[in-house]
Amino acid sequence: MAEDFEPRIVAFLCNWCTYAGADLAGTSRLQYPPNVRIIRLMCSGALDPVYVIKALLEGADGVFIGGCHPGDCHYQNGNYKARRRVAILKKILEQTGFDPERVWLRWISASEGRLFADTMTEMVEAIRAKGPNPLRGQWGI
Amino acid sequence: MTMWVQVPGSEDGALAALRRLLGDLLEKGVVDALLVPRPAPGGGNLAQALVNRRHELADADPVAPVMPVQSARIVSALTAGGAPYRLGAVLKSCEVRATIELAKLKQVDLQRVLLIGVDCLGTYEPRDYAALVAAGQDPTAHALAAAATGTLTPVEGATFRDACRMCEQPVAEGCGLTVGLMATGGAVLVAGPEEVLRTLGYPEAPAPAKRQEALAALVAERTETRDRMLAEVRERLRDTAGLLAEFGKCIRCHNCMTACPICYCKECIFESATFDHPPTAYLGWLQRRGAVRMPADTVLFHLTRLNHMSASCVGCGACSSACPNGLPVAQVFRAIGREVQALFDYVPGRSVDEELPLAVFREDELGDVAR
Repeated sequence: MAEDFEPRIVAFLCNWCTYAGADLAGTSRLQYPPNVRIIRLMCSGALDPVYVIKALLEGADGVFIGGCHPGDCHYQNGNYKARRRVAILKKILEQTGFDPERVWLRWISASEGRLFADTMTEMVEAIRAKGPNPLRGQWGI
Repeated sequence: MTMWVQVPGSEDGALAALRRLLGDLLEKGVVDALLVPRPAPGGGNLAQALVNRRHELADADPVAPVMPVQSARIVSALTAGGAPYRLGAVLKSCEVRATIELAKLKQVDLQRVLLIGVDCLGTYEPRDYAALVAAGQDPTAHALAAAATGTLTPVEGATFRDACRMCEQPVAEGCGLTVGLMATGGAVLVAGPEEVLRTLGYPEAPAPAKRQEALAALVAERTETRDRMLAEVRERLRDTAGLLAEFGKCIRCHNCMTACPICYCKECIFESATFDHPPTAYLGWLQRRGAVRMPADTVLFHLTRLNHMSASCVGCGACSSACPNGLPVAQVFRAIGREVQALFDYVPGRSVDEELPLAVFREDELGDVAR
């Protein structure tokens, strides 16, 4: 069973940095696991936690949020606001018996295609080690 | 040094003195109108009344041990965009704290508002309060008698709401006027700015040391209850099965959100069409999971609300009182809200000068959350 488990990761990427970084990984022909489903946002600070929670309740094994490096936000400080929101979200997940380490927030710039590919590989393996999301397939959510 | 005065006429009882104080605030022009609880038409419960004449205060009941609505929302309705007159709002501690949170959220304008914080004597669920009144009890008289001695005990056979039993803030900070009732031997004491107190012309009183002692004892007892209750919540929520069980009885009626003083958003995502899924969406879930809980998104609703408002949760318990199925919403939100607030050393309702955690950020923080 454990060998059959392929993590499903939903990735919310900011338009200006991490999405462009993912694009660079692709155009550079860098290999990374195909377990990641990317959703593009204008800014990591525009991500309402409701969508992260929805993904987790729907059975996503991990959620990745990518934004610009501190100081580089296209909108000045959206990434700092995202960091506070994610800190709250992770605290709430921890307090409700859900592993907060299934949610990652990382800063990856448009020039860091290699870092994006490496981070995806790292996350897929980390989530693989954790096993499936315990909420997956539960009817009572 | 805070100045204290004593409302004269306490020999007629604390309730009469409280009404006198409120009438004097109107007549001496300290405020133009007062928001104060009085028996609702038909009796059996309280309603907030906006009053500008002394004779309308004849049945005012500013310490009734019941909170049918969280008045912070009413203060918002009366002051959003600026109050057109000087308003005095007679509030319980949690109502003051929620009002301060709403002020930070730009839903209350405190410019012309005098927050009158009365020592909270605990509250019953509205239905319990109505039952006590119907049985011929006088919950206010009981509460005032208990307060005079400094020990708050409910009417025999009744219990205070869970939120009150674990409330360690029976007195709000940041009020314009503080009305002291605890351990005063029946006297009504008022603290506030000297100019207001001079206008009232009441005799000065020594700082009530016994009140401080009684409050400290109350806070210690309530803190113990809080820690016990919240530890039980944490034990129940230790895994995802516990999470699903905690909200198992939720029918997603949104009553908790409607009653919540902090949940003011007119464009709330749960009132939008976002979660009006088309029938084909349910088919998709059905095919994947084999069974789908209806109504859907109950756990999502609570987890999202926690994300959106728990940093400002004042623990008033309006959510639990509004729940038709008796879910301990308030305990869950207090337990988790405290952890969220601790991330930012934030105490909701303490001061209008403390910024909302989600409205600000620091460059050098939360290094463990992102890298």
